[in-house]
Amino acid sequence: MSKETVEYHWERHHKGHVDSLNAIVQGTEFAEMKLENMVLTSYNEGNPLPFFVHASQVWNHDFFWENMKPGGGGNPSGMLSEMIERDFGSLDELAKQIQNAALTQFGSGWVWLAYKAHRLGVGNDINPRPSGKDKRLVVVKTPNAVSPLVWDYYPLLAIDVWEHAYHMDYENRRGDYVSVFLDKLISWDVVSCRLENAMVRASKREQMENRKLLWEQLKEQTPIGKKVVDSRPTPKARQKMKRRR
Amino acid sequence: RAYRVTAYYGLTTPPYELDALEPYMSKRTVEIHWGKHHNEHVEKLNRHLKTSAFYGHTLEEMVKATYNNGSPLVEFNDASSVWSHDFFWESMQPKGGSMPTGGVLDQIEKDFGSFTNFKDEFTFASLSLFGPGWVWLYLKRNEKKLAVAPTQNAISPLVWGDIPIIGLDMWEHAYYLDYKDDRSAYVNNFLDHLVSWHSVMVRMMRAEAFVNLGEPKIPVA
Repeated sequence: MSKETVEYHWERHHKGHVDSLNAIVQGTEFAEMKLENMVLTSYNEGNPLPFFVHASQVWNHDFFWENMKPGGGGNPSGMLSEMIERDFGSLDELAKQIQNAALTQFGSGWVWLAYKAHRLGVGNDINPRPSGKDKRLVVVKTPNAVSPLVWDYYPLLAIDVWEHAYHMDYENRRGDYVSVFLDKLISWDVVSCRLENAMVRASKREQMENRKLLWEQLKEQTPIGKKVVDSRPTPKARQKMKRRR
Repeated sequence: RAYRVTAYYGLTTPPYELDALEPYMSKRTVEIHWGKHHNEHVEKLNRHLKTSAFYGHTLEEMVKATYNNGSPLVEFNDASSVWSHDFFWESMQPKGGSMPTGGVLDQIEKDFGSFTNFKDEFTFASLSLFGPGWVWLYLKRNEKKLAVAPTQNAISPLVWGDIPIIGLDMWEHAYYLDYKDDRSAYVNNFLDHLVSWHSVMVRMMRAEAFVNLGEPKIPVA
C-alpha cells in the first residue's frame, strides 16, 4: 500500500469523516457518546440518521488501520488458528471466502471477519438463548459505511474495498489488493487480541442472561401467595462489601 | 444441419482519442476507466449471457427487465454499468462545456429557472452522493420535464422508465487519479469543459419522439 494511498486515505477520507461527524454532532445529545454507541444508535435499526455514515466510517477506518502492520501476513496462531480450522476448515478456505466476499461486493464497502456470538442475523438484536453453534467466526461483507457492529457481531478484521483504498496502487484489480493484504499486511496479533475480547464479552453477556433466565424461572415456580425474596445483594450493599474488602 | 449463431457485446470505443479530454480527464484515467473497468463489465455481462435468459435482449431492454422492480437479477449490475458507461463516454467531448443553445437551453431554463440553477442542482446532487454512483440529467416521461437526480451503484433513470440525457460517473475510479477526493473540482470541470451539449441536443431530439415537450397539438375542428 503506497505512501500516497495511505496519505490520501487517512488524511483526506478518514479525516473528512471525523470533521463532518464533529460538525454534525456538536452540541447534540450524541456528542458525549462513545463512538461505538454512536454507530449503533445512529444506525437506528436500518433507517440511519444523517451522521451514521460519518460515525461508522470513522469507526471502520480506525479499525482498519489497526489490523495492518509493516511485515504482516504469515499465519495466525493459538486459539485464533484453531477456530479458523474449526469454522472454515483451513486458512486457505478463509482466504477464499474473504476474496469471494470482496469480489462480490458491488460498489463500495467493507469485508469483515467477525465473531458471531449468537444466531439472530438482523437488526440491533440481542439473542436471548445463545447456543454452542452460534459462537463462531464468519466472513461478511457490508455496503458503503455499514459494519457488522449493527448486527451485534464482534468485528475482528476489516478490509476496506472502497476504490479509494486500492485504485492508485491496483487500479481495478480488487482481487490482487485483497491477496496482498492477506499475505503482507494483515496483523494476526491484533485479530487474535480482538477475538479474546470478543469471547470475554460474549461469555459475560451470556452469564448475565442466564442469571436473568434463572431468576424468571424461579419466580414462575414459586407457589402463588409466596413471595420470592430477592436475596441478591442490592447495588448499595455490593458497594459496601467492596469497600470492606 | 443448422448452425447456431451466437453474438455477444463488444466494448464500444469512446468517440474521441483517449487523451482528447486532457487536462480535465487524463489519458491514464480514460485508459483504465474504459480499458479496464468498463471492459470488465462487458466481459462479465457476456459471461452471464452464456447461460442467461436475457440473451438476445437489447441492452436497454435488459437493464429495465433485470432491474426487476428493485430486486435486481444477477445480470443487472453489469448490464446497467455497460449501458451507463457507453452513455457516459458519449456525454463528453473534447472542448465541451460552456453553454447549450436553442431549444435545449430553453427547456433547461423552463424546468430549472435558469442555466445557473441547473448547474447548482447538478453539482449539489453529485456531492450529496455517498458511495459510488451516477448523476443524471434526465427527462421525466410523465411530468414532461427535465430533472437532476443521483443514483447509487449501477442504477440509471432507465429503470424508472425515464429518458437519460447526461450521465456523470461518480464512482471513485472515474476521478480518483486526477482529482483524489476533490469531487467538486471534478464535477465543475465536467460541466465547464467536458459535457457535450451536442450529444444533449441529439438526445433531446430523440426523446421528443416519445415525449411531447410543447403545448399539446390538438387540431382545431
